[in-house]
Amino acid sequence: MGLDLGFGPIEVNDFLVQFVATLIKIAVVIGGCLQIPPLMIWLERRGPALMQRRRGPNRVGIEIGFIRTRLWGLMQVAADTVKLIFKEEVVPAKAYKFWFQVAPMFGVFPAMLMVAAIPFGNDLVIGGYRVPLSIINLDVGFLFILAMSGIGVYGVTLAGWASANKFSLLGSLRASAQMISYEIPLGLALVPMVLVFGTFDLNEICMAQDTVLNWGVFRGYFIVGPLSLMLFIISMFAETNRAPFDLAEGESELVAGFHTEYNSAKFAAFFLAEYIAMFVLSCLCSIFFFGGWQIPFLPYDALVELTGSQNIASLLGVGALLLKAAFFMWFYVWVRWTLPRFRYDQLMNLGWKFMLPTGLANVFFAAFIMAMATF
Amino acid sequence: MNPYLPVLIVLVIGIVLGIALSSLSRLLGPKKPNPIKLETYECGVPQVHEQSRMSVKFYMTAILFILFDIEAIFLFLWARTFKSLGWFGFIEVFVFMCILVSGYIYVVKRGALEWD
Repeated sequence: MGLDLGFGPIEVNDFLVQFVATLIKIAVVIGGCLQIPPLMIWLERRGPALMQRRRGPNRVGIEIGFIRTRLWGLMQVAADTVKLIFKEEVVPAKAYKFWFQVAPMFGVFPAMLMVAAIPFGNDLVIGGYRVPLSIINLDVGFLFILAMSGIGVYGVTLAGWASANKFSLLGSLRASAQMISYEIPLGLALVPMVLVFGTFDLNEICMAQDTVLNWGVFRGYFIVGPLSLMLFIISMFAETNRAPFDLAEGESELVAGFHTEYNSAKFAAFFLAEYIAMFVLSCLCSIFFFGGWQIPFLPYDALVELTGSQNIASLLGVGALLLKAAFFMWFYVWVRWTLPRFRYDQLMNLGWKFMLPTGLANVFFAAFIMAMATF
Repeated sequence: MNPYLPVLIVLVIGIVLGIALSSLSRLLGPKKPNPIKLETYECGVPQVHEQSRMSVKFYMTAILFILFDIEAIFLFLWARTFKSLGWFGFIEVFVFMCILVSGYIYVVKRGALEWD
């Protein structure tokens, strides 16, 4: 297939199509990711305002000529971002300078790699070429995401240690111990789902959940799925250090935890990483348990017939996944302002003495009923 | 296209973004350092430049994490090939899990997971 753009024919082959598509996908996804933290900060200030019957930030708006609007305070986050970037950078004299500078980077790049492996919709077909809607399509699928979420621990540990501050060190130790402890239940919660779906490929997992009754939550005779979901949701909160497990930054005891000494854009980098990790886990939760990019009550095949085009159906699927993920992002805020903080020993006991045995039992039970059904 | 090529591209973009965020304020922000401002954000007696000791519990947690996380990885691979392995794989993993659970019981009995 040839293409003439005015300077001689270009041979279009699969590599070229995939490469250009990858660059476009990176621009869209990474660009979109950078919008998540501002939106979440807005949600985290307006959400509790809604629950506590106050207004929250609603002053900063736009004024261009005669257009004056407050936009529900949305412009507050733009103001905050500008403020964070133009603030003075303070590096404590006693900090280990190099590692202090490098630590936020260890938070940001795993977050980017995680979000790049999420399939936001089913494959597009452009000019006869199959273009998947995830940047990274590995056959190991979400194992890659789990591996990258493990790397995120380095950023937290390094930041706390390099700050040479007792609060930072304690906060980072707590945070990293908590994150690695809850990685096990997070993994164990997904093993039964892999058993049920028989694949690591997130796109195929979405494909298998065409009707609501085929959703991951309802698989395994209504026992395995809900149990996995419960374990996953709890570890999802602990993994991102969010309330009720936000012991890493218990304000009353540790100032702000591992990022006590951080300010300006470096502080923003940690928040970027945290919110993107939350978004990725929200997406994973939707993909494994709630059908991913499948629109409820409207299987993908029916949608293709209805719209007459696979591309339109896939793009509608992107909307479905983003809505489901948005619900879980709201759920994070909801829980944060509903439940009180756990104590540290309670947190570790929950992880090691309840979630780990329950996860193992769930895996065994799922395997047993699967074996009875298939062999 | 090699499926790991996008990994490399995103990795480079992520690192560049991380470095950019780390150095943005240094380039754009004001610079008025003074000794008080550069002090560590703690209170009380002046800080001695020495890392405080940390509880051995954190090391224990890390070691146990490695054990059980490797177990989870094995379970993933088995779960993926569950149908082709059949009863043989099921029994093998059951034995494996029994050994692991006995280790877990030992760890709990010895109090390695007690936090106070």
